[in-house]
Amino acid sequence: MTRMTGRTGDLEAVAEPPRAGPAAPRARRPRGRPLLYTSYSQDMALLDTRAKKVWLALLLGVAILFSGLPDDLLILLAGGYVAAIGAIGLNIVTGYAGQVSLGHAFFIAVGAYTSAALSGDPEGRVVGFGITNMIVWLPAAGLVAALAGVLVAPLAARLRGLYLAIVTLGLVFLGEHIFKEWDHLTGGPGVGRPAAVPELFGFRFDVDSALGTRAQSLYMLMLVLLVLFAVTARNLARSRIGRAFSAIRDRDIAAEVIGVPLTRYKTLAFAISSFYAGCAGALMYTITGFFDPGSFNLLMSVQFIAMILIGGVATVSGAVAGALFITLLPRLTQELPALLPFVSADTTQTPNVFQVQVALYGLLIVLFLVFEPRGLFGLWIRVRAYWKSWPFSY
Amino acid sequence: MKGVLESLIRGLGTGSVYALLALGFVIIYKATRVISFAQPALMIAGAVAVSYLVQVTGFYLAVLLSTLLIAGVALAVERVAIRPMVGRPVFVVAIITLGVDVVIRVVVNGFIGLDVRQVGDPWGLRLADIGGLVVQQRWIAMFLTTAVLVGLLFAFFRYTRYGLAMRAAAFDQETALAQGVSVGMVFALSWGLAGGLAAVAGTFVGTGQGVDQLTWIIALKALPAIIVGGLDSLGGAVIGGLVIGVVESLVQSYQGDLAPWLGQNFAVVTPYVVMLLVLLVRPYGLFGTPEVERV
Repeated sequence: MTRMTGRTGDLEAVAEPPRAGPAAPRARRPRGRPLLYTSYSQDMALLDTRAKKVWLALLLGVAILFSGLPDDLLILLAGGYVAAIGAIGLNIVTGYAGQVSLGHAFFIAVGAYTSAALSGDPEGRVVGFGITNMIVWLPAAGLVAALAGVLVAPLAARLRGLYLAIVTLGLVFLGEHIFKEWDHLTGGPGVGRPAAVPELFGFRFDVDSALGTRAQSLYMLMLVLLVLFAVTARNLARSRIGRAFSAIRDRDIAAEVIGVPLTRYKTLAFAISSFYAGCAGALMYTITGFFDPGSFNLLMSVQFIAMILIGGVATVSGAVAGALFITLLPRLTQELPALLPFVSADTTQTPNVFQVQVALYGLLIVLFLVFEPRGLFGLWIRVRAYWKSWPFSY
Repeated sequence: MKGVLESLIRGLGTGSVYALLALGFVIIYKATRVISFAQPALMIAGAVAVSYLVQVTGFYLAVLLSTLLIAGVALAVERVAIRPMVGRPVFVVAIITLGVDVVIRVVVNGFIGLDVRQVGDPWGLRLADIGGLVVQQRWIAMFLTTAVLVGLLFAFFRYTRYGLAMRAAAFDQETALAQGVSVGMVFALSWGLAGGLAAVAGTFVGTGQGVDQLTWIIALKALPAIIVGGLDSLGGAVIGGLVIGVVESLVQSYQGDLAPWLGQNFAVVTPYVVMLLVLLVRPYGLFGTPEVERV
């Protein structure tokens, strides 16, 4: 996996004892030397260069300005942000800890059903407890999914590489069966059930209000949550736990030798990743308001894998970029018939838009892995490196 | 008792299809250390090729042609998408095969269309009576064909130069290379063999009920089969496939009466349950070699 991420410095970082962060004096860095670190806390800072601070502020500003976009685009972007939360989660277990999981759809389903059951109508056709406050059902969805992750972990921690991938694939099929059969909870295949109600202390995000339209409130909600989850993940990655994950990914035996308890950290990776998946699942369907047990299939897991591979393995920003890319892809392929006359918008004909879209997932995964294994994040690194040394080639 | 035996024979029939697919997975795994997730697409492509060729050439010739065709497709995939990735982490290559699978399936779905395509086999859903047991003819055809193919395959590995080369490369790639074995040829051959086996399996999957756009999911049941048998054991793949098939068939027959609380269609997911149970006891499957790593 080292070669995939292009990071090799992680192992040395683990050996270094974590010293007191914020209390240490923050030495000033000489001007024009953005990569010269003069103290440990500087090296460990969340935004360690000025360029990162500026870019983050710019991106956030643009994201907030986006709330003026038309409503259908906002809904699409909100969906992308939720997918990004899920992708960050998968990136924790697959990217940082190196445990390939094809079972992400299962944990997303667990979260979605937990939240839907908690906030559901008690008088309704399916299970519901009527607790609509988000502050209750969102953490609950994450925790129940994390619990599912912990239950899977004893099996997963014994297995490595492709064995693990196949076992987690089995999990998706088992989950799909359970959710299709348990129609008291899920409404059954083809029928579905209403999703969780996004309400926070009385404020409904899924209806038009004085603060903005339905799309605008949902967009802002998802944006704020994404920032929250992304910062948490970034923090996790630079902490002791994150470095232990990287050590396991780079070489699990070596990690164990230098004192990383493998089973505990693999379990932890699955739990945290599933927590993210559960929260993403809970939020994902608040936008459409309705979901069907058939949606949590292998294709969903593959899409999440595609997100982190296309975006960039073991980077938070890469996961976000990949998630947005995959979510916006259908929208882009919809425009194809206008450009390429042989692609039909009619689903009964071939080649049609839907087919092109599915084939594009596959093609993009292959192309990115062959030509730019670091994903979109790697493209960004290339652009940055080009301009850093401009006008020289290196 | 009669019912048990009948569903056992059905299980051996479907199990032999899983065994063929599992053999493909294991051959590729042994040669390249990668699980090819492209097998489902190759399987369905084989069945669809037969369904088109059968109108021109008749069933048996169609199966032969389709097998060669799909072996050719597999060779092309190996050359274009897999060979450039030699030396990269196995996970990356496995995900590439997943991408290849998606792409091939989209193309094949274009040929399937929205209907069910018949492969035009001579057995259909007709029944045969063997000593009082009434079973479908196609189960027997599947089992016998698989037995012959497995026999040929094992003979190939045991007695031919190429088989020896493949075994050598699987044992130790670098040493084999040093002894003059063309490892690239071994990679290509393994993909070709797996593609051909997948095409035959696809044809059998299509007998009786035909193929539609969702048939490819059946190929994923070969994954539990190889895990049960052990990723790097050819014999294990065959036995794993048969075990999965028989268990699935028995569950299909009796779970509705004995354990209705498991829900309808529980048989569809039994392969995965069996896999999880086996892994709890033996993490490397029944016949797999435990991975021993030097630090």
